[in-house]
Amino acid sequence: MSIISRGFRRRRAERATNRLPPGQYETKGFPVLSAGPTPHTPLDQWDFSIQVDSEIATRWTWSEFQALPREQIHTDIHCVTRWSKFDTDWVGVSLDLLLEGFEEQGSYIMAYSDGGYTANLPLEDVLGGKAWVADTFAGQPLEPEHGGPARLLVPHLYFWKSAKWVRGIALMDEDAPGFWEGYGYHMYGDPWLEQRYQGD
Amino acid sequence: MARTALPGRLIWRAARVVERITETPHAATLLLDVPGWPGHRPGQHLDVRLTAEDGYQAVRSYSIATPEDGERLAITVELLDDGEVSPYLVEDVLPGDQLEVLGPIGGHFVWEISQGGPLLLVAGGSGIVPLMAMLRHRGDAGSRVSSRLLYSARSDADLIYRVELDARAVNETGLDVLYTLTRRQPPGWHGYARRVDRAMLEEIAWPVANAPKIYVCGPTAFVETVADQLTALGHDPLAIKTERFGPTGV
Repeated sequence: MSIISRGFRRRRAERATNRLPPGQYETKGFPVLSAGPTPHTPLDQWDFSIQVDSEIATRWTWSEFQALPREQIHTDIHCVTRWSKFDTDWVGVSLDLLLEGFEEQGSYIMAYSDGGYTANLPLEDVLGGKAWVADTFAGQPLEPEHGGPARLLVPHLYFWKSAKWVRGIALMDEDAPGFWEGYGYHMYGDPWLEQRYQGD
Repeated sequence: MARTALPGRLIWRAARVVERITETPHAATLLLDVPGWPGHRPGQHLDVRLTAEDGYQAVRSYSIATPEDGERLAITVELLDDGEVSPYLVEDVLPGDQLEVLGPIGGHFVWEISQGGPLLLVAGGSGIVPLMAMLRHRGDAGSRVSSRLLYSARSDADLIYRVELDARAVNETGLDVLYTLTRRQPPGWHGYARRVDRAMLEEIAWPVANAPKIYVCGPTAFVETVADQLTALGHDPLAIKTERFGPTGV
């Protein structure tokens, strides 16, 4: 039962598509949203770690990471600020590979990034070909403002879960809020269920 | 990093337009009454939902321009080319009209006097809106926290809140307001007349040793440049909070 705003009307052509989750609109651009300055970590100082019980269990330098098998990902992405972008192309390393041997080490993960950003996800949501650490967008090295050198890519959830400037994953037994989740955003963030904010 | 308690569930609330104030040729402030509004902190935003008679809905996010004041709040909306919601809010809406709001949203890009200073606010275009909520909060509370605003706009006609900002700068202790007009300056202009650059920030930003609390809001390219330059000047990246108005398809 929404209140009608007098005189408001649609100004855009309706698109017949089932690709747009509820409450989203399509953009051709690639908007940037982040909470602080863009980090610029030199590649020779970059590494990616898996943490278990707050200890680094395994780690890759940039050159080691580059040598890992990569996958091409063609997907739509959906931002909680209501834009969706169709047909994006990425190259990344599957989390199935990065988390190999750690599948029983927890039920949730916390992705952590340069600049202090974090995002929590269920472990099962980043296994099974659903999540990557991506370093290439549209055939080019991922730009810093979009999360380069590497960001998480979890396209089936709202895009804040796809942590920019990601540097590692900590395995957790219990779920815990990441950066935006601590400010009232949804713990899971399924765009098709419109899980934007806590309680949605 | 300081955190507030998790807020409760956000719900859509009816809002009544009390007044529409034309700020510039491209921006208007809507004064809203929102029964049941849970309150907010300076810098937070809300979602506005419009529903057409045929049931069509559109939702957009807007920064709140005023500090907490019971059920009364204001948003300032910039008119965007090809926009669907902003033309309605800037040009069509009238006192008494109704819309719906959900919020408050956010909590990172927030400053309250208890956080102290010195405070550096850097605004590009309509990025002034959440920073204005912080300055109004500061002024209304009688705070003397040392504060500087650097506000970049294309021309003096594009400056939102100019009269109020000038008055606050005169009347409030410890507040400096500086403008830069990047495209067109009126005769006799004494402010800056170029895009915000490192030299300008070096003049205006507090010394690194003073550890200012820094808030930067504006278009993406503006925020990227300002935050990069502030970091290059030696300011702590974790002390720099940003909010970007990207080209989100209006």
